[in-house]
Amino acid sequence: MEDPKDVVLKYVSAEYLEEGSDPITYDTPLISGGIVDSFSMVSLKRFLENKYKISIPDGDATPEAFDSVNKIVTLVKRFVK
Amino acid sequence: MSNIGSYEERLKNFSWSISEKELDYKPGRVINIGWYCSDRICQQGKGEKPALLWEGLGGTEKKFTYNDVRRASNTIGAFLRGLGIKNEERVCLFMDRVPELYIGLLGILKTGAIAQPLFSAFGDESLFVRLDNAKTSAIFTQKKHASKVRKILDKLPSLKHIIILDYDGKIPLKEREVAFSLEKAVPVDSFDVFPTTAESPSLLHYTSGTTGQPKGVKHVHYSLISQYLTTKWVLDLQDEDIYWCTADPGWVTGTSYGIIGPWSMGVTQAVLDSGFSTEAWYRFIEKYKVTMWYSAPTAIRSLMKAGDEIVKKYNHSSLRYLASVGEPLNPEAVIWSEKVFGKPFHDSFWQTETGSIMISNYPGMKIKPGSMGKPFPGITATVVDPKTYEPYGEPGKIGLIAIKPGWPSMMRTYWNNEDAYKNKFKNGWYLTGDRASIDKEGYFWFVGRDDDVINTAGHLVSPFEVESALLEHPAVAESAVVSKPDPLNMEVVKAFVTLKPGFAAGSDLELEIMNFIRKKLSPLAMPQEIEYIDSLPKTRSGKIMRRILKAKEWGEEIGDTSTLEND
Repeated sequence: MEDPKDVVLKYVSAEYLEEGSDPITYDTPLISGGIVDSFSMVSLKRFLENKYKISIPDGDATPEAFDSVNKIVTLVKRFVK
Repeated sequence: MSNIGSYEERLKNFSWSISEKELDYKPGRVINIGWYCSDRICQQGKGEKPALLWEGLGGTEKKFTYNDVRRASNTIGAFLRGLGIKNEERVCLFMDRVPELYIGLLGILKTGAIAQPLFSAFGDESLFVRLDNAKTSAIFTQKKHASKVRKILDKLPSLKHIIILDYDGKIPLKEREVAFSLEKAVPVDSFDVFPTTAESPSLLHYTSGTTGQPKGVKHVHYSLISQYLTTKWVLDLQDEDIYWCTADPGWVTGTSYGIIGPWSMGVTQAVLDSGFSTEAWYRFIEKYKVTMWYSAPTAIRSLMKAGDEIVKKYNHSSLRYLASVGEPLNPEAVIWSEKVFGKPFHDSFWQTETGSIMISNYPGMKIKPGSMGKPFPGITATVVDPKTYEPYGEPGKIGLIAIKPGWPSMMRTYWNNEDAYKNKFKNGWYLTGDRASIDKEGYFWFVGRDDDVINTAGHLVSPFEVESALLEHPAVAESAVVSKPDPLNMEVVKAFVTLKPGFAAGSDLELEIMNFIRKKLSPLAMPQEIEYIDSLPKTRSGKIMRRILKAKEWGEEIGDTSTLEND
């Protein structure tokens, strides 16, 4: 099974980075760095829920929890059984 | 003592000539916003005063004095002239909140061209309809956003120049592209500012309506008269203030009060070019000792959601005055800000079309939490009967917010759409499209939109535009887009879709459609929820009845369904 960190990194790179943007790392700030905005967070949350068959409560889907690939994976792991 | 002093006294003695005199403007003479916001301030002896304190990603800092802004805007103006840009040609600014966005706007105005700022998160379709409508001649952008321009270039024969601000030489420039670096360009100290007059066009901001494509709101240089005085009296900017307007200049708040208002007053403003984060915002206020903060209800609610403890980690004692705009500010937010900052947010109301604040809470005036406040001196505002367009004579009745035309920053037309412009005026009133009531003391209370336009986080989204884009997705047969209540953004976009044969409803398809709209239009326009239905409610003549779907979302009565098909 592919490492969730790589899954999320690839997805964010493909979906949210403009062509010609600098590549991101596992720790690149996504929300505070302006790569993913609060509206787009909704589709990123949906991706994670679909991919890992989980449900992330809105209260846990905070800008801080989505602010890097590493933080997202930490969040996802809390809900994966 | 506040700048406005007594609101009641100002009402009695008001004339826009107060602003004209303070700006040394005489009717019939030259008035150029670019010059007023830079050269004039330098002539007042403030050349070495900081105009812009900018912070970007990773804490990168830049500082520009008024003399820097004057020279840099000259440099940008000279570069545009060198490209052959003439007065009244449209020049788009499509970039993040980098210094070139703020200074570039002045540079464009100094050439006599029309500045067309567009939100950098717009997708290629949103960008195309706005550039095509305006027949834009040139666009300033960053390499990260250039790919969106390249995608639509073939359909835009009028677009002669794509100016890349941060070109690094890694890939060759493409057709019609040219590199420009403000840092590397030879500074232009003296520039022949185009002699624009009061009615010369200045800005073109696009806004969304219920039907049709987005409309370009044309403003003129005389708008400065309103923007200067409202900044002074409503936002109460003082010479020693550090001002932070959190709005993006892709929208009208970011230009009227994020560039023109503060810089025409010679005030220092701070800009944070990064995404939203509670910690980053509080840290920014502490670091730059922000004194006046103009923000939006969605941001304020996001800060509230993060809790009170985090506020205490930072020093906010510099804050002197707070104001808000974009959508109604709920009473809880006013009460919360008094609790954590010791000061209330003062709500204000205006629109892209009005160009400046129309209704507001003023320094020294009693705030009724949840109220929009009272009309700015010189503004005659009321609520009118939606059928007769006559003002209601009694307090408490809900009607359309209407404003008597004639204030300096009123839009002059919708670009290439004079009919839509004329349609905004009835019985001698400009109709805002918003509903409100007025209480016995003259305070306005916002109720909601009078049409299907969705106000999400203070930005208007056209259901028509989203529906049209949805139909371009291969799985979507029909669609209807409505607003849905949201505790943070006030409203969000919800789409109802029917699918074409061969496509199965499911969450993967839902995500695919969401991303399709996000990239095509913008994250704001992306439906936060998609509901699959077998058929959309329609009239017998085949028109989709959005109001039935909307009523369900808002838990309201569906109302008359006599025209509903198959009812």
